[in-house]
Amino acid sequence: MASDLTPRTQGTGPRGAAAGARTAAAGQASAWPAAAGPRDPDARPRSRRQWRQRLEIAFFVTPALVLFAVFVVVPIVQAGRYSLFKWNGLGPMDDFVGFQNYANALGDAIFQRAVTNNLLIVVLSIAIQLPIGLGIALLLNRNFAGRTAMRVIVFVPYVIAEVVAGVVWFLLLQPNGPLDAFLDTIGLGFLTQVWLGDPEFAFWTVMGVLTWKYVGLAIVLLLAGLQGVPEELNEAAQIDGASWWQTQRKITIPLLGPTIRTWIFLSMIGSLQLFDMVWILTKGGPANATVTMATYLINQGTERSQYGYASAVAVILFAISFILAILYQTFVQRGDASDTKIVRRRKVSR
Amino acid sequence: MTTVAAPPRGTRPRPAAARVRAARRRVGPLVYVAAVVVALATLAPVVYALLSGFRSNAQLAATPVSLPNPWVIDNYINVLTSDSFWRYALNSSIIALITTGVVVVFGVMAAYPLARYRFQGREGLYMVFVLGLLFPATVAIIPLFLQIRELGLVNTFWGVALPQAAFALPITVVILRPFLMALPQELEEAASIDGASRIGFFWRILVPLSGPGMVTVGVLAFVGSWNAYLLPLLILNNPAMKTLPLGVADFNTQYASDTAGVLAFTSLAMVPALVFFLTMQKRIVNGLQGAVKG
Repeated sequence: MASDLTPRTQGTGPRGAAAGARTAAAGQASAWPAAAGPRDPDARPRSRRQWRQRLEIAFFVTPALVLFAVFVVVPIVQAGRYSLFKWNGLGPMDDFVGFQNYANALGDAIFQRAVTNNLLIVVLSIAIQLPIGLGIALLLNRNFAGRTAMRVIVFVPYVIAEVVAGVVWFLLLQPNGPLDAFLDTIGLGFLTQVWLGDPEFAFWTVMGVLTWKYVGLAIVLLLAGLQGVPEELNEAAQIDGASWWQTQRKITIPLLGPTIRTWIFLSMIGSLQLFDMVWILTKGGPANATVTMATYLINQGTERSQYGYASAVAVILFAISFILAILYQTFVQRGDASDTKIVRRRKVSR
Repeated sequence: MTTVAAPPRGTRPRPAAARVRAARRRVGPLVYVAAVVVALATLAPVVYALLSGFRSNAQLAATPVSLPNPWVIDNYINVLTSDSFWRYALNSSIIALITTGVVVVFGVMAAYPLARYRFQGREGLYMVFVLGLLFPATVAIIPLFLQIRELGLVNTFWGVALPQAAFALPITVVILRPFLMALPQELEEAASIDGASRIGFFWRILVPLSGPGMVTVGVLAFVGSWNAYLLPLLILNNPAMKTLPLGVADFNTQYASDTAGVLAFTSLAMVPALVFFLTMQKRIVNGLQGAVKG
C-alpha cells in the first residue's frame, strides 16, 4: 500500500497537488484514508486543498444547478415580477399596476370557485381514496392465487397518461353512452346521469374519474408500508385469538401511520396542481362547475393572453400549495416523515 | 428496496409452526370476489377502449357496450398507416429520451457530492432540491412558457425536454443520494489505493455500480415525459412537433363523430406505455416507493 502511494505523493507539480487535494476531501469525507498518510503533511496549504475539492463539487453540481435555475427558479421569480404588470405577453411590459392583479384575482367569483374546488378536491380525494386504497391494500396483502397479477392490475390506471385515460372516460360518459348503456343492462338504469354536462353533477363525475386514476398510487404505497409490518406481530395477535379484522385495526393500520401521512401529502400536492384530467373531461365547465386553479390559470394566460394576471394567479396558487405543505409538514408529519428522515430511514438495498 | 411483487411470506424461510399457522389462515371466497370486482372496475375502461376499437361506428351507435361483431380492423389499420400517429410517437420518444438522458446524467452527477463528499453547505444544497419537490411545473407554467419563448425554444424538442428534466431533477436527486450513500466505503478506499482520483472513481466505479438506481430514476423520468400534456400543449403548436398525448387530445376534438377511430387511436397511444410499464413494473413501483418510504 505505502509503496504504491509513494511515487504519486512524492511527485511534484500539478499531479502532486491533485493528490493532496484528494487527501483533503478524503480527510473530511473519511474517504481516501490511505492517502492521508504522514507523507502528506500539513505543509500542503489547507485552503488550496479545499479549493480543489470545491472545484470538484462545482464540476458535479453545476449542470444540475444551472438547469434548475434556468427552468425552475428564474421562472418562479419572474412570475412575481410579471404579476405586478398588466401585460399581454408580447409588447413592452410597462403598465405597472402594483397588486391590482392580485386584488382582481381574489375578487373574481370564478377564481374563488376554482380555489374552493381545489380545496374540496384535496379533502375529498383523501376521504374517498384512503379507505378504498387501504381496503384494497389489505386485501392484496393476503395470500391468494393471482395476488401478484392483482398488484400489477391496480396500478395500471396510474401509469396510463392522463390524456389517454381522460379521453376514454370522456367517451364512456357521453349522454346515452357506454356507461349509461351498461347501467341499463345490469338493471341500474335509474342511476344514469348527464355525467359531464350537468353543472350540479359534473364535479362528482370528475371526482369519480380521479379516484379511478389515482387510487393505485395509494394502494402501491400502502402495500410497501405493509411489508414493513413485522409478520411476527400478526402471528402473535392471532395466537392470542385476535380475528383478522382485529389484527388489522389494532396493529397493522396504526403501524401504517407514517406511510398514510406521506401519501396524504403527495395526494394533497397533486390535487392542488390538477389540470390534465379536468382539461380533457370538461375544460373546467359546465358553467365553471369543475374549474380548478390550474385550468383557470391556462384560460387566463394562454387563451386570453393576460400574462400579468395569470402570473398573479400562479403566485397565489404557489403560495397556497406552499403554505399547506409547510403546515402539513409542521403539524401532521412532525416526527415521522420530514424529508431528511425519509432518507435516513432507508435501508441499504441492492 | 422492497418489491411489491415479492411477497415476504414466500421469500423468507420460516419455521414449520409459522407455516402451519399461515395455512390455517387460508382466505375465504369473499376475498376472491372482492379481487375480481376490483380488477374489473380497474381494467374495464382500458379493455373497453381496446375492444371497441375493433367495432364500427354503426355497431357502437347500436349497442354502446358489446363485443365486436363482426371484428373490424379498419380503425386500427387507419391509425397505423397514418403519418401523424407515427410522427407523434417518434416525437414523444425523442423528447422522452432527451429528458431521461439529461435527468440521469445531471442527477447522478449532482447526487454524487451530496452523497459522498463532506463539505459545508451540503445539507443546504440538498434542501434546494428537496424544496424543488414542492414546485411542480404546473405552478410555474406561465412564466416557464415565457422563459422558453425568450430562449427561442418554442416548437423545439429541447424546449419541452429541458424544462421537464429540470422539474424531474429534485425527485431524481432525492432517490439517488441515499442509493449512492449505501455503496460501501471500502470501494472508495480500494480505488484510492489503486491510484484513482475521485473523478476517476465516479466514472469507473460509482456510475457502473449505481446502474439500478439510475434505471429507476430514468424510468420515472421517461414515463413522466411520455405522459406529459400541459407543457407540450403550450410549447409545441406546430403539428409536426406534437407528442402522442397532444395527438390523442386533438384527434378526440377533430374527429369527435368518429368514436371508433378515436378509441383505436387512443388504444394505440396507450399500448407503448402499457408494454413499458409491464416490463419495467418493478422499477416504477420501487422508484415511487423509494421516493416516499425507502
